[in-house]
Amino acid sequence: MALEKPYQDIPGTIVFDADMSRKGYHLNQFFMSLMKAENRKRFLADEKAYVDEWPLTDLQKKGVLEQDYNLCIEQGGNIYFLAKLFYTHEQPFERAVSTMTGMTPQEYRAMMLSGGRPIEGNRSTSENKGNQ
Amino acid sequence: MARITSAVFSSHIPAVGAAIDLGTTGNDYWSPVFQGFEYSKKWQADNVPDVIILVYNDHASAFDLRVVPTFGIGCSEEFESADEGWGPRPIPPVQGHPDLAWHIAQSVILDSFDMTICNDFKVDHGLTVPLSLMFEQSEAWPCRVIPFMVNVIQYPPPTGRRCFELGKALRKAVELFDEDLNVHIWGTGGMSHQLQYKRAGLINREWDLNFMNTLINDPEELTKITHPEYIREAGSEGIELVMWLIARAALGSQVDEKHRFYHVPASNTALGHLILEKAGS
Repeated sequence: MALEKPYQDIPGTIVFDADMSRKGYHLNQFFMSLMKAENRKRFLADEKAYVDEWPLTDLQKKGVLEQDYNLCIEQGGNIYFLAKLFYTHEQPFERAVSTMTGMTPQEYRAMMLSGGRPIEGNRSTSENKGNQ
Repeated sequence: MARITSAVFSSHIPAVGAAIDLGTTGNDYWSPVFQGFEYSKKWQADNVPDVIILVYNDHASAFDLRVVPTFGIGCSEEFESADEGWGPRPIPPVQGHPDLAWHIAQSVILDSFDMTICNDFKVDHGLTVPLSLMFEQSEAWPCRVIPFMVNVIQYPPPTGRRCFELGKALRKAVELFDEDLNVHIWGTGGMSHQLQYKRAGLINREWDLNFMNTLINDPEELTKITHPEYIREAGSEGIELVMWLIARAALGSQVDEKHRFYHVPASNTALGHLILEKAGS
């Protein structure tokens, strides 16, 4: 019998569980390759050619090449591996994270400075919508 | 006999390390964070242990998906600072304590906690940022450090209950070590934060403050928190707070609170920090 996933009702959240890890194995190992300076250089010189060396799906490649970080997460990417791509593009972590929220970096920073995204209305997709 | 006399709890946010390394700790954004550690630096300077057992998680620096150890212990003489993609932090290497580390590994494995023994790896911000917060930057760290790694990236991490029981086994192991050593245990990570997907930026102040209170006064109660609850209430990355339970259980039940600090935001994260001493020590 399959294990339950009692976290699937949490809105706007993808848990890096076994299924996601299997889906994203090569994607995450590709991100890991960017820990080496020579690989970062080769990637930046021709991103498509470098990505094509890895057994990634078309959607995974699209996420990487378009810096669509939510697509990367949906396709099995884990944030700490994905962060190697942020650093390769010399993108501050907070700014990169903001792109996943549909906010501008300024709006995101303002939200964090005012105490962060509130928990009310964000616990479960079945939570009372009136709180949002 | 060796004994654990104090526990330090702290977030390990990489941007905090960057602020120290770039000398921006005095600006409007960062100064409230570093003011929260002023007392801590003084306390730490007056209470330098022989060894710190530093519970943290690697962030895809030393370990990738090829091997994912649930619990690992660093048994080497020395650990260098990892290059996490922007060059290694300009800090001294960490000196380990192989005698105590190997002793702990053997003791807790025979106590039914199956540690992974790790020798050749580098330590990332999870370990080095708390060191930089507690000690002034210098040529060498003033004590030895045993890296104690917990997987909190690949779901599921070990349960809070398992972490708490491991902490108790750690305390027992340290007390069985013959050499007279003053040992501190640090629990790092947290507090509430979510770094990924559309709910990124989540902070839950009330939950965090309750977690700190309960950690001090009734820590075993926290072992009832399930993984889904951590993720729901404290964010997908807030689940790393299970690491605090290892350190808390290792200190023993009766404690004196020396310092407490909480601040939002530090980058994407709620920063929490506590110093506890074993009662009567």
